[in-house]
Amino acid sequence: MNSNRRDFLKLMAAGAATALAPVPAQARPPKTLAPGALGILYDATLCIGCKACEVACKSANQMPMDHDSSLEQAHGVRGVWDAPDDLNSQTMSKIKLFATGDGGQGGFSFIKRACMHCVDPNCVSACPVSALTKDPTTGIVQYNPDACIGCRYCQLACPFNVPKFEYDKPFPKIVKCQLCAERVADGDIPACCAACPTGACLFGPVTDLLGEGHRRLAFQPGESQDYPLHRLGSGDQRTARVTGYVPSIYGETETGGTQQLLMAGVPFAQLGLPPLGNDSRARLSETIQHTLYQGMVAPALLFGGLVYTVFRNAREGCEDPAPPADANTERQEDHHD
Amino acid sequence: MTEVYRPVGGRLLTPQFYFMGTLALIAGYFLVRRFVFGIGDVANLSDGFPWGLWITYDVVVGTALACGGYAMAILVYVFHRCQFHPMIRAALLTSVFGYTLAGASIVVDVGRYWNLYNVFLPQYINLRSVMLEVALCVTTYTLVLWIEFSPTILEAMKANRLLRLMRHLLFLFIGVGILLPTMHQSSLGSLLIIAGYKVHPLWQSNLIPLLFLITAVAMGYGMVVFESLYAAVNLGRRLETAMLARIGAIIPWLLIAWLVLRIGDLGLAGKLGLLLQPGPEPILFAAETALFIYAGFILLDPHRRVRPSALFWSALAVVLGGALYRFNAFLIAYDPGPGWHYFPAVGEMMITLGFFAIGIMAYLFFVKKTPVLSAHSQ
Repeated sequence: MNSNRRDFLKLMAAGAATALAPVPAQARPPKTLAPGALGILYDATLCIGCKACEVACKSANQMPMDHDSSLEQAHGVRGVWDAPDDLNSQTMSKIKLFATGDGGQGGFSFIKRACMHCVDPNCVSACPVSALTKDPTTGIVQYNPDACIGCRYCQLACPFNVPKFEYDKPFPKIVKCQLCAERVADGDIPACCAACPTGACLFGPVTDLLGEGHRRLAFQPGESQDYPLHRLGSGDQRTARVTGYVPSIYGETETGGTQQLLMAGVPFAQLGLPPLGNDSRARLSETIQHTLYQGMVAPALLFGGLVYTVFRNAREGCEDPAPPADANTERQEDHHD
Repeated sequence: MTEVYRPVGGRLLTPQFYFMGTLALIAGYFLVRRFVFGIGDVANLSDGFPWGLWITYDVVVGTALACGGYAMAILVYVFHRCQFHPMIRAALLTSVFGYTLAGASIVVDVGRYWNLYNVFLPQYINLRSVMLEVALCVTTYTLVLWIEFSPTILEAMKANRLLRLMRHLLFLFIGVGILLPTMHQSSLGSLLIIAGYKVHPLWQSNLIPLLFLITAVAMGYGMVVFESLYAAVNLGRRLETAMLARIGAIIPWLLIAWLVLRIGDLGLAGKLGLLLQPGPEPILFAAETALFIYAGFILLDPHRRVRPSALFWSALAVVLGGALYRFNAFLIAYDPGPGWHYFPAVGEMMITLGFFAIGIMAYLFFVKKTPVLSAHSQ
């Protein structure tokens, strides 16, 4: 039996070596921007917090208003306002206001929260049934309820807490911004960008949006500049006074890049955006998992070793129940059968 | 060695059994509510805490507690320690119900349960998903556990022809039955890698699959010892202290390996300083480490581990330590961002408690009616 164990340990070692050896070589390469990647550049310095984008989003996606029943009861009204305090299962896009205590200059900012359409999305990697997929051309992260099992691993995986779930429904779905994919397919632009009067929400190809973002980063506070409206290259534009930027575009590198890009005059951490590295966690997770399961070689080796060892050990007298040599020996109670 | 398993016999419908039945009925009420009105009606789960008590306790802790069958199979069939063979059926019984009830919990927890079969459909499966590995592995292993356990039921049914056939094929299933938990008990830890900053840095680690696997095996042995002593006292059977002490003696080595990896990993990642920061996390870390050190310290001592009470408490400490480690990683030290809080709702807890009660009822039924426990300790 010692030789058995040695055989087994050898196989185990081989399995472990197969699993662990190629760690650096097999690291899953980072995903790159889709060729026709579309996105939104949100510029908080242009946003006036009118929330026209929220209304347009709900109307385009047939989402109900978010009632606050205690407020409604207090005022004796019903269904007249829509006042979610954050993204939720009835709200895919949300303008939030952040203010510092002193209220001094630069102490206020709006910020748009919605799906960031990551270049290397954690949710797509996490979903066991491909209910969340990334369009190979536009890079839009879309949801297919027919596939979804409702495990909510996407919620755990998303660094922005974007996917929302209808906990109050017996037949719930995941809810998140899909960049108005149907409107975009028809040549239209996302409802939020169509509604935005100030150019704070700007739709376009991600590479061009990044170019536009960097053009704005070069602006000096106080000068007057032209800002395009609705979509890049639409020809609509307005002139506004530059109030100054935090010198980076959130989403250019964060978690491997995102297709919704954010600019602001207030540090992003203050706006509730997590500081994220340049690598997506999906990449790390898949690298570790692929290292262990590459081609199922390690599990197959381990399986072979196990079956062989168990078979030999069982024949040598560990069978269930004991008398091994003679399978016909039944237990006493069974004799009359 | 010849051994014969026998049903314990005795009355099934004891007051304890009725009590467990009542718990199951209360859970039934909340289950009806969950399926009629939705998860939010009975649970405090939220968009910030999508996984709560059901996933953390019923699935992540529950299947680790059900690793007795896996841990004993490694001992008996890989390391050929036949002297432990008499204990394997009891271990398998706990595993069968631990996994089956975990599966049932998943159906309750998952929002779109009618789509669950999509995890088996090639057009839907996502091979990059850690969750897919867990889902496939856990379902297959539950099936394998029933096959491994089937000789007990077949014996009780006196289906001898099938029994003989099973005996010839069983080695294959035992092999699969060791492979699958190795895969999914580690993957249960890997699930958290993608959550990144949401898992506290003291628990977020690239070694997490290995750390989960080692604790699962240790908890498996711990459960076998704990449950054997507990059942012996409650069913009025002889204590198998000598054999349990030998199983207990394995645990410290697993715990030492775990502590070296755990603390070494924190050291290499430069995270040891986090232990000095304020907040509950360093205390939680200290608690799980203390439970393991206490258990390892007692079980390492050949004179102490033969005392049933020492054995009992140290086995319990291993189980609690492993459970706390899982609770910390998945729930207590999980922070999705400001504004999110979670504590399980009454309905949520009653459903978990009900499943637990069903597990105990099933254990009592099978132990009393089918040949699970070995006869010579009667």
